[in-house]
Amino acid sequence: MDALNALVAFANFVFIPGLAYGAQLAMGALGVTLIYGILRFSNFAHGDTMAFGTMVTILLTWGLQSLGISFGPLPTALLALPFAIGITGLFLLGTDRVIYKFYRAQKVKPVILVIVAMGVMFVYNGIVRFIIGPDDIGFRDGVSRLISPREFKEWSGLAEGLGLRTTTVITLVTAFIAMALLFWFLNKTRTGKSMRAFSDNEDLALLSGINPERVVMVTWMIVAALATTAGVLYGLDKSFKAFTYFQLLLPIFAAAIVGGLGSPQGAIAGGFVIAFSEVTVTYAWKKVYNYLVPEAWETTSLLQLLSTDYKFAVSFGILIIVLLFKPTGIFKGQSV
Amino acid sequence: MTSSMKNVSLFLGMAVLIAITGHLNSWNYALTIVNFGLISAIMALGVNLQWGFAGLFNIGVMGFVALGGLATVILSMPPTEGAFAAGGLRVFGGLALGAATIIAAIKVRRSMAPGRRRTIILLAVLIGGFFIFRWVFDAGVDAIESINPASTGYLGGINTGGKDRGWMTLLAWPIGGLLAAGAAWVIGKTALGLRSDYLAIATLGISEIIIAVMKNEDWLARGVKNVSGIPRPVAYEVELQQDQDFLQRAGDIGLDPVMASTLYVKLSYSFLFLIVLITLLILAELALKSPWGRMMRAIRDNEDAAEAMGKDVKGRHLQIFILGSAICGIAGAMLTTVEGQLTPTSYQPLRFTFLIWVMVIVGGSGNNFGSILGGMFIMWLWLIAPEAGTWIVQTITSPLAEDHWLRLHLLGSVAHMRLMTMGAIMLLVLRFRPNGLIPER
Repeated sequence: MDALNALVAFANFVFIPGLAYGAQLAMGALGVTLIYGILRFSNFAHGDTMAFGTMVTILLTWGLQSLGISFGPLPTALLALPFAIGITGLFLLGTDRVIYKFYRAQKVKPVILVIVAMGVMFVYNGIVRFIIGPDDIGFRDGVSRLISPREFKEWSGLAEGLGLRTTTVITLVTAFIAMALLFWFLNKTRTGKSMRAFSDNEDLALLSGINPERVVMVTWMIVAALATTAGVLYGLDKSFKAFTYFQLLLPIFAAAIVGGLGSPQGAIAGGFVIAFSEVTVTYAWKKVYNYLVPEAWETTSLLQLLSTDYKFAVSFGILIIVLLFKPTGIFKGQSV
Repeated sequence: MTSSMKNVSLFLGMAVLIAITGHLNSWNYALTIVNFGLISAIMALGVNLQWGFAGLFNIGVMGFVALGGLATVILSMPPTEGAFAAGGLRVFGGLALGAATIIAAIKVRRSMAPGRRRTIILLAVLIGGFFIFRWVFDAGVDAIESINPASTGYLGGINTGGKDRGWMTLLAWPIGGLLAAGAAWVIGKTALGLRSDYLAIATLGISEIIIAVMKNEDWLARGVKNVSGIPRPVAYEVELQQDQDFLQRAGDIGLDPVMASTLYVKLSYSFLFLIVLITLLILAELALKSPWGRMMRAIRDNEDAAEAMGKDVKGRHLQIFILGSAICGIAGAMLTTVEGQLTPTSYQPLRFTFLIWVMVIVGGSGNNFGSILGGMFIMWLWLIAPEAGTWIVQTITSPLAEDHWLRLHLLGSVAHMRLMTMGAIMLLVLRFRPNGLIPER
């Protein structure tokens, strides 16, 4: 019985939150890794792209809510999401046309593009804060829990409750659909194949008549979809705040690098590796431990390896270990 | 017009901008801008050393600046009575054990053949070491933090004289540089061999961790409870206002005592900062013109060729990474000195890392004078932006009603417009003048 309680506590506090967070990071990392593979630079504006997409979603959600439209038990934001993806995509394409295209034509070194991305980051950050402000914004509506811990306790008779939030399920389902679509697109469609060819060998791709501008355009659209979805899922799960999204840059890059920059499979694996390590290292294991050991061994200490404030240190630590021992990541990524 | 004439006129233009600000707003405000501008110019010198001379992409400036601030607290605050006796030994013993664990792990990895046995021993050393470290360390931390937590609750500094020995704060500047240099050595040793954008992510991560440590380790510098009232190396306004001699002289120039004393304090800081800036500038210029500087640029422009000529690329990179970071640490210590308090929450990457990058790019990477000009100019713009923005918004929206929602929203968001302005300036310079205001010679 105690082992069951330990299992439920583990699922409730470690496994399910880790899974949801991992899916969000993986979506973010996919965007970073695609830009790296096709456009060949580390996009430091990605956190702010996510913030921009989420901001558009929130504004549209407010608009829908004021019209009295809702999505039943699901958050209204999901209705707004497709339109927000479109707007964000146009915004990214505009950025590319005005800013990145010039440098691409000049074939500058990747590090110059990174500096350009830094400028873009400033502008995006300013735009988001200018329009929606720097504060915390919650935009979740609909049913909040599918299973409440209390109901679970009554049903199972266990001392531990298992809660399942709607946002968790939405995150996992949406992320799964998005990833499945992405891999189908990359592996089965003509455009997707041309993107992979372009990523593998630019010269050869150009030689075989692939239009580079088209590849770049499609990439930005996909990145807009991934970034907006990742941002909205994260915001539904927690809340939206411009600065938090900017800070997500570190775990997202850690995930992309750990998985191997340029490799979509790697980005997904990296996202879950980073998320589970953050959650396991910063979780207080006291409860699970006390259920598992005989009464005499029970402890009053929290059994927390690091305080939650150090979660950045965890993603960073894993990043360094991977960089030192396997610089191309788990799945072999590219190196420019 | 020759290039040196052009550069002189650029600096003159900067002086005019500050003079206009002083005239329109107040001289007190203009001096504040000058002081922060000088500090930023020093930070920009540090980043320029790394990026402009060696092509190293460091976006962890904030961490080194924060370490400088920490040095100021350690050097210039009075020690907390009984804190060291209560838990100092345990804390430092714990830290030493933690370091020993890492060294032991490295030794094990180096001396044993790869295989399952090595992995098991390695894990045992790391996990065992971690628990021993926490066991020794945590008790010490609790003991220190429980000493009068409302006003101290930390180890304090080493300045037993307190306010009477304000000059100890000056010592913190070089020590802040050393602290930053130490951190840079550790980072450089692990991350410099990697590709440029990996180094960027590594430095970004380290700087976030340094800030996290400063926010959460209350025993070190009170965390988010801040350390305030840091002793000054210059006079206090209140004391000046009671000094007959000073009042006499202020009266002679026709200034009221309050104004005169604030200006005097600010000018003293400007003087000190200017000395540091000029010293560092001379050193950086000499370095740039020396064979060492030429070698650095040769490595930057073509690493393979330089390596083929027998240059130790990795060693030189480490050297310049440490030097540049140390300069950022010095500037960080100066910043905490002039603010008189250490507030870990005020360290924001946009302000302390990316803004410095804007300065270097706008000023002209690879040119020390450019960095100084960029530092002064961008800091001026950054500081006047909210006020200027309010004025611009008010002028543009003047046809709208006083309480029109758009007008109110725009006025409320003016503070965020400066981020956009900085980004736009950086993008414009990168596009139309990629070498900056004062290009590399």
